[in-house]
Order: sequence, then structure tokens, then C-alpha cells
Amino acid sequence: MEQQFSSATLGMWAFLLTEIMFFGGMFGAYTIYRYMYPAAFESTTHYMNVTLGAVNTMVLICSSLTMALAVRSAQVDNQKLLRLMLVLTLIFGFVFLGIKGYEYHEKFVEHLIPGPNFEYNNRAFAHEAQILFFLYFAMTGFHAIHMIVGAGLMTNLIVQSARGRYSSAYYAPVEIVGLYWHFVDIVWIFLFPLLYLIGAHLHT
Amino acid sequence: MSTAIESPRSEERVNYLNVKDSWQSWLFTTDHKRIAILYLISITAFFFLGGLFAMLIRLELLTPQGDLVSSDTYNKLFTMHGIIMVFFFLVPSIPATLGNFLIPLMIGAKDLAFPKINLLSWYLYMIGGMVAVGAILMGGVDTGWTFYPPFSSNYSHTYVTTAAIGVFISGFSSILTGLNFIVTIHKMRAPGMTWNRLPLFVWSHYATSLIQLLGTPVVAITIALLGMERIFHVGIFDPAIGGDPILFQHMFWFYSHPAVYIMILPGMGVVSEIVACFSHKRPFGYSFIAGSSIAIAVLGFLVWGHHLFVTGQSMYASLIFSLLSMVVAVPSSIKVFNWSATMYKGAVTFQTPMLYAFGFIGLFTIGGLTGIMVASLAIDVHLTDTYFIVGHFHYVMVGGMVLAYLGGIHFWWPKITGRMYPEGWAKFASLVVFVGFNLTFFPQLVLGYLGMPRRYHAYSPEFQVLNVMSTAGASVLGAGFLMPMIYLVYSLFRGPKAPANPWDARGLEWKAASPPPTFNFDSAPVVTEEAYAYSEEAHVG
Amino acid sequence: MKHQVTPVRTYVLVWLALMILTSVTWQVALLDLGSLNIVVAVTIAVIKMTLVISIFMHARHAESVTKLYVFAGFLWLVILLSFFLMDYLSRGWQVVGKPY
Repeated sequence: MEQQFSSATLGMWAFLLTEIMFFGGMFGAYTIYRYMYPAAFESTTHYMNVTLGAVNTMVLICSSLTMALAVRSAQVDNQKLLRLMLVLTLIFGFVFLGIKGYEYHEKFVEHLIPGPNFEYNNRAFAHEAQILFFLYFAMTGFHAIHMIVGAGLMTNLIVQSARGRYSSAYYAPVEIVGLYWHFVDIVWIFLFPLLYLIGAHLHT
Repeated sequence: MSTAIESPRSEERVNYLNVKDSWQSWLFTTDHKRIAILYLISITAFFFLGGLFAMLIRLELLTPQGDLVSSDTYNKLFTMHGIIMVFFFLVPSIPATLGNFLIPLMIGAKDLAFPKINLLSWYLYMIGGMVAVGAILMGGVDTGWTFYPPFSSNYSHTYVTTAAIGVFISGFSSILTGLNFIVTIHKMRAPGMTWNRLPLFVWSHYATSLIQLLGTPVVAITIALLGMERIFHVGIFDPAIGGDPILFQHMFWFYSHPAVYIMILPGMGVVSEIVACFSHKRPFGYSFIAGSSIAIAVLGFLVWGHHLFVTGQSMYASLIFSLLSMVVAVPSSIKVFNWSATMYKGAVTFQTPMLYAFGFIGLFTIGGLTGIMVASLAIDVHLTDTYFIVGHFHYVMVGGMVLAYLGGIHFWWPKITGRMYPEGWAKFASLVVFVGFNLTFFPQLVLGYLGMPRRYHAYSPEFQVLNVMSTAGASVLGAGFLMPMIYLVYSLFRGPKAPANPWDARGLEWKAASPPPTFNFDSAPVVTEEAYAYSEEAHVG
Repeated sequence: MKHQVTPVRTYVLVWLALMILTSVTWQVALLDLGSLNIVVAVTIAVIKMTLVISIFMHARHAESVTKLYVFAGFLWLVILLSFFLMDYLSRGWQVVGKPY
């Protein structure tokens, strides 16, 4: 059992390594384009809703707390708390996705979705801004996809824990979904400053 | 070769092959050995598909005029040859077949850490492969296997997105296999199997798995972004609207250079095993060979810019990439010296696997040296995008990797199938392969040096003689590849039954039966001796 | 299976630290500090990430191989970003007009 637990956790850490590099490629592209087009980048920050970004950051941090407490509950055989924490984590996840969806809707209405309907007020930076918005959508979009997968994993955990599957003797799935969830939180911890905060001072 | 040919109908021990034979027991298996066989069959099929495109390319190049196919069709031929050979043959080859089969046996485990994920890997590979074949059947791709924008994103009228999706999916197969191997090697070694006793084959697969984990996700996101660029024209790689196509190349080669080490490291692991066995001697400098595998994996990530020397990359970055590209050759040469030292004063015998290992060492060295040549900035400006490059990478990929693969298949064939292959035919085929290979690709090194560009279906008439030699060589090489197909399959039905250890090799896999039972060992082995405990008496001289 | 059980108090304290750091980074971003803005923002993000990894993800109690892999992940990200930048940042250094 112990070997299975440590194999499962090493396997999940190895998988998270691949996720670091997956998002890393996008961070690389973002870094280069920010370096190449600083003025265009500054003009795009006007459209970032810093408040919503900050709220979402805090929502995810809360979800990480409840996730960590869920793992702990399994370790100490507290079934009710385990279920409660998992459900809370899922709710926080949905709140995050809801706010994100609202933000995307805002962008859609303002014609900031890259592609045929993209329109940018500042004609000088239109092309560069489209690239930067594309990276915004790519990074937050892939992040949201990972959140949705996480929500699916969380739902499965909730169902299984309701059946009494997990205990201090067997809680590896809770631990590894927890690792995944925290990782998705960490990606956002970096997305928030890079996409929302840099240039925020220009609009106070 | 054993002299007594047992009747196939005599009492057969239960092994992983005959334990169940319904199609469900194969397609839903979680036994690493059966999954290895599934991969073996599908990888061989892709190899021959890629080879078919190679044949058409070489036929076109018999004459200076572009008279067999149009230039657009020719573009599709070399693209699909590259995509299939790189992503659906070379990258999975040894790890998915020999690695899957042997790693648990070599470390004394009954399976990999995650058997179901192993099966998932195969399905992802097959789905990705079918999507890529779909792109081919619908009309093909013509961008080169490197998918460079803006041609791939804006101008190509072929099935780029489809092919990209196929590659994307198969990338996950590669990632999951690497992940599985890493956890297996860390967590499932038998008692007494310390890191210092691991077979070098396992070390090389560990290093390979590291590369798969760290590199493949980057090409995944690169292809995803390229697909979105092609569909939505957002400008990320389109210079007309602010994008940078060189950024694509940076992101693409960040994986694709380490990918060549994914392809060669397992082959080096095979060669280490074969050279030790047929020299009847412990590998010289075991820890150097093991360490050099890790060094290649790490250094291999620092050199990708040598693919961008003529693209407008800064000269300073190019200089650093050039220097690092020369440094990465050092661990490879350490291996070549160690293999040579292993053979020195060993009791060398020349069965087929050893012939392939010799071929590998010589041809990989030539390929590696031509690599050093083009790592030099000034030389690369002259040689890039010529047939010199084509010759270079075929020397390492075919002369190196494919020969190692064939050597490994022959070496472990008795273990995998319980049968011996016909040694006479196998030796002959290995010589045909060697002769055919050199006749095909040495002229290409010369052609490139003389200035013949690659990816052109027509060329200047003075290059014809060498091209005809190359095509002739390709026919010989093709025959050399077909022969094992025939006699290996033949040996499945008529080959003599093999004992557990026909080569008197060392290693836990030779302690299991040939073929092994489903769970490999009757009880978990306990390792008490060092790796490669070949006896001192085997030395000569 | 006996694994290290982190006390609730520790988790809550880390949560509090993360919330406070988020507020700090948000408020600091509203001030114009020039090139310091990005330094502060990334530094705070790295601190938050370290807290999540070491305590929420139990990395501080993890085996050495896990720690090695976490380190490797970041090292590789640094390699990617720094080598990309190495090209783009040094392009302007070349003197235009001179032959190779």
C-alpha cells in the first residue's frame, strides 16, 4: 500500500512537471511578445479587470485551503469533514469558472476575442494587441480547461468519499487530486500578476 | 542455436503469450509484455509506411528533372516520411517495445508502476497515428515535418491541422510512457537492485523518460498554438500582423532537438547490453556510461538554437548554442570509448546482435562527427538545408538508432517469443543493411557538401550519379529491412525453441523463462551480485 | 500508513499569508514603481508558490526524489525562458552592415 501511495504521488509530481513545461511554453511566448511590444502591451492592460482577477486569486487560494484540509481529513479519518471540504473546494472552483466566464463575456462584447471579430481602438497597436489578447485567452483558457478537469476529478472524489472509499489507510486519490488542484492554483498565482497587475498602475 | 527442434504441439509451459488468446485479452491487456507486442506490430507498420514514402522520394531523385511527381506532391512525400518516421516510429520505437517488455524484467518487478496507463499510452499512440494516417489519406501535408509558419499557418492548402492533432495526441502517449518508466524505476526495483546495479539499458531509458517528460509538453503547446493560428489567424506566428515565426522555431526545436536524444539514448542502452554480453565482460566504465546518459539528457536541452543558425537568431545566442552543441558530443563519445574498452581483451563473438552493435558504433560515430561539423556556425551556413544535413541525421537515426533497434530485437527475440531466429539469414541481412545503408547515405553527405539542397524534387544534373547511387543503396537497404520481417515471422512458427538464456548473458531478464510467464518471476528475485557479473575466466589474451 | 499530518493551524496560517500577499501585490501594482513593479509582482508570486508547494502540497515532508523533480521543473522553465530571451535580447547588439 505504501509503495502504491508513493508511486502514485511520484507519478502525479512527474505529471505536474509536464504541466509546468506545457504552461511554460506559453509563458515563454508571452515573455517574448511583452519584450517585443511594450507599448502595445501597456495599452491592453486597460481592458484587464484587476478587481475580478484579484477576487479570483483569492477564491483559488481558499479552494487550496479547503483541498489541503480535505486531504488532512482523510488522513485523520474524519469522513464528514472530508466530504465537506471536497464540496467546498468544488464550489470555489465553480465560482472561479463563473467569474472567468463573466470576464470572457465582457471581452466578447468589447470585440477583444482574437480572430475575425477582433476590433481594437488603438489602431497603431491593433495587430500586436491581438497577439497579446490571444496569449491571454490561450493561457487563461488552458488554465480554465485544467480547472474543469479538476472539477471533474473533485466530483469523482466526492462521489467516492460518499461511498466511504477513503480513510487513513487509503487516501492516495485524494492526495494526488490535491496535488493537481494546488498546481492549477499555482499557475493562476503567476497568471494574475503577469496578465493583470503589470500595467495596472497606469489606470488608477 | 539449439539442435533439438521441439514439436510445437508438445506440452508448452504457460507464458504471457499463450495464457489467453482472445482478441479482448490482447486489446484490453495490462501486461507490459503484451503491450510491447502491440507496439511492436504497430510501430513496424508505421515504419514500412514511412519507408514507402522514402522509396517514392528516392525514385523521384533518380533523375535531375522533377518527372515522377509534381513539386507539391514531392513536398508531401518528404513531409509525411518525416512525420511518420519521427513521431510514429523513432520516438516510440525502442522504449515502447523493448523498454516496455524488458524494464520490469530487468529490475525484478512483475509489471510497470501503472499498467493501465501503459495500455492508455498505446491507445493514444494508435489514435494519434490513425489521425495522421487520416491526414495522409485525405491528401497529405506539405509543410515539412517541422511545420514552419507562416507557410503552415497561412499558405499551405493541405491537412496541416489534422496532422498536427495526430502528433499532439501521440505526444501524450510519449509523456505517459516516460512517466511510467520513471516511477517504475524509482519504486519497483527488487530488493538488492540498487541504482549501481541497474542495467545500462534501464539507465538509458530513465534518461530518455526525463527528456520525454520535460520536452514533449513544449511541442504540444507549440502545435496547439500553431493550430489556433491556422484556424483563427490571430497573428502569433504571422509576420504580416506582428507575429514572429522564429518564436515558433524556438518553441518547436526546444522539444525536437531533445527528441533526437529520446530516439538515440535507448539505442545506446541496447548497445551497452549487447557489447557486454558478446564481449563476455562487464561494461568498462559503468558509472560513466550511466552518467553520460543523464548528461546527454540534460545538455540536450541546451542546444536547440543550432537549428536556427541561419534564421536571424542573434549571433551571440548562436555562438553559445554552437559551443553547447559541441559539448553535448562529449558524453556520447564517452560511451563510444567505453564500449570499445569493453571489447578490448574481451572474448568477443560475432552473433547478429553484435554485428548490429558494431554497425551502430561505427555509423553513429560518423553521424556524430558530421553533427560536430554542422555545430560549427561557419560550416553550418554552407551546409544547412543541404543533403549534408539529411545524411547527418540519417547516419545517427538509421545507422545508429535503427541498427540498435534491430540488434535489440534479435538479442531479445528468444526472450520475447521463446524462439530462436535463423542466425545465418540474420547475419546476412545485417550485412545487407550495412552495405545498403552506407550506399544510400554516404553519397548524400557528399551531395550536400557539393551544394545540393534538400527538399527539392529537381536538381542540377551534375548531382545525378551520386543520387543514383543513393537510390540503389536505398533498394538494398529496403531489402535488408524486409529480410528480418520474413525470417523473424517464420521463426515464430518454425524456429527452434529457445532456452531461458541462449546467449549466456547476465541480467534478471535472462533468469525468467523464454517467454516469461505473465507475472515474470515465480517469486520476487533478490539481487545479491553486481550488474554484469561476467566471470573473469572469459577474458582472452 | 503513517504520514506526516500537518496541523489545521498551519494550513490556516499559510492561507492567511497567501491572502495577505495577494492584497499586497494588488495594492503595490497600483503604484508606479517603474521596472520595480514586475520584480515585486514576480517575487511575491514566487513566495506564494513556495508556500503552496512546501505546505499545501506537502513538499517539505516529501522524499528527496520529489524535491529533485520540483527543482528540475523550475530549472527547466528557467532554461526555456532564459535561452529564449538570450536570443531576443542580444539581437540588437550586432553591428549592422558588417559581413560575417
